[in-house]
Amino acid sequence: MQLIYEQSVPGRRGVKLPASDVPAAPALPTPLLRKEAAGLAEVSELDLVRHFTNLSRRNFSVDTNFYPLGSCTMKYNAKVLENSAALFATFHPMTALLPGGVDFCQGTLGMLHDLGLLLAEITGMDEVTTQPLAGAHGEMTGIMLIAAYHAAKGNRAKKKYVVVPDSSHGTNPASAAIAGYEIITVPTAPYGDMDLELFKKAMTDEVAAVMMTCPNTLGLFNPHIKEISDIAHSHDALMYYDGANLNAIMGKVKPGDVGFDVIHVNLHKTFGTPHGGGGPGSGPVGVKKALIPFLPQPRIVKDAAGILQLETTNPGTIGRTANFFGNFGVMAKAYAYIIMLGGKGLIRVSEQAVLNANYIKERLKPYYDLPYDMTCMHECVFSASKQLAHGVHAIDIAKFLIDRGYHPPTVYFPMIVKEAIMIEPTETESKATMDAFIEVMIEAAKTAESNPQALLDAPLTMPISRLDETKAAREQNVCCAW
Amino acid sequence: MSMYFTKEHEWVKVEGNLGTVGISDHAAHELGDITFVELPKIGAVVKQFGVLGSIESVKAASDIFAPLSGNVVKVNDALELAPEAVNESAEGAGWMAQIEIANESELKNLMNQEQYNDYLKTL
Repeated sequence: MQLIYEQSVPGRRGVKLPASDVPAAPALPTPLLRKEAAGLAEVSELDLVRHFTNLSRRNFSVDTNFYPLGSCTMKYNAKVLENSAALFATFHPMTALLPGGVDFCQGTLGMLHDLGLLLAEITGMDEVTTQPLAGAHGEMTGIMLIAAYHAAKGNRAKKKYVVVPDSSHGTNPASAAIAGYEIITVPTAPYGDMDLELFKKAMTDEVAAVMMTCPNTLGLFNPHIKEISDIAHSHDALMYYDGANLNAIMGKVKPGDVGFDVIHVNLHKTFGTPHGGGGPGSGPVGVKKALIPFLPQPRIVKDAAGILQLETTNPGTIGRTANFFGNFGVMAKAYAYIIMLGGKGLIRVSEQAVLNANYIKERLKPYYDLPYDMTCMHECVFSASKQLAHGVHAIDIAKFLIDRGYHPPTVYFPMIVKEAIMIEPTETESKATMDAFIEVMIEAAKTAESNPQALLDAPLTMPISRLDETKAAREQNVCCAW
Repeated sequence: MSMYFTKEHEWVKVEGNLGTVGISDHAAHELGDITFVELPKIGAVVKQFGVLGSIESVKAASDIFAPLSGNVVKVNDALELAPEAVNESAEGAGWMAQIEIANESELKNLMNQEQYNDYLKTL
């Protein structure tokens, strides 16, 4: 397929304007003029339509195929939610920031405020800021809030460490390191969660926070979570909840109830808004009371008369973390999602997501090694170690799935599982869809034994076959070629 | 000259007060094709089991830990252009840094070749 630039023919136009029959406007001042042409492709309207329509047909998305990418919660995004965002499209994002502007946007501020209340209820937090623009941005905001909390107590220098389990999302230690903390990593015990005894040894009064994903990246809920948070609190370390896996526990456990002090929520995962190129994301952060004084500003608060106002004068704030109150359109969709499903609906979301993951786990267990063999939450982690005996790696199974029309599951993560294959079906998939996927996974396992080369050669049905991933990573030459 | 190993699969070859550091053949094999090695700066002071650098492969990114405390006196710049040397010869040409050993008694926290081979069997 040619690039649009390769289709360019000098002088070709989609629209040809008639000659002007009014006097020309004075030319713009020279410093404002381009020094050279913009370098756009010159194509007809039909060339353009065909080009982008054909490109879009090569797109792989949850709208076209099953997408069981573990730790990503690639659930179907209901189209009705797009309408909710469109309702706000004509509203200028600066309005609330103009003098007297809040009077004109009680509705939009109200949506943000109410979304914060709903997320606070779901997560067991006291207040939520909707500013962070994605999960990792939420982590950064959360860690800055924790740093501000310790600084206010005069402990900024003393609190040097952030503790993470070795199964954590890589963004957790990265966010803490960027915020200036040293990382202590605690290994996973044979029962699939952070080793409690090693955790106890790691905990001192110099620890600022413990960052956890619960359920963790093995899809397992930590049975010691309350004990862990009690130990952390005994050292005045705060508990940070990475909300990436919130889809497993809505209405079942509130992170705030088991001792978490700060949480980020990925609206684009749990609350049904697009992500993975279709984004943007949104990573609201919830906190317990003790951290409210440090929340980003402007903060949306209700005055005595019930009117929403913007608080901008709090001296303790970590400051503004995003423009325009965050990714508003994403929040409008997430708000509509929560209202549409209601409390009972959200509970069913989690129940169905967990049931689906366990169904896949049980059916594939005879064919793939399951290193942590227990009831999982929203995702299950296999190892391709049985297939490795025939020279087949997780990546080869992933490539084979592409040929069969499936987005591969997450592979090689979490890193504590050798040749990991991490499957998260989500609640939006039917049993028929999962059965078809399971059959293909079984076919892959059988092919690994009977004809391993077939897996090593995959994919064969794509516009291009197996890519040289090593070369792509070693020679990062991504300059435009035209 | 003897070679010592960490549980995190780094090796150190000790010659006088200098220790040459790299990752083990086992680690290089497990990581798969290595695409990038982040080396420490010459003059950096590292502590035993503290972060010395990092390594990326097509599968994963991992920290490299210092087997011994000391000053970094030399680094293998060639790895910046040719990280594949680690895959080809992890315990030879794929060395990463040389450390001026601060405290030789730290060697007792490391495994010798035989102990490391036994350790690999338990993984």
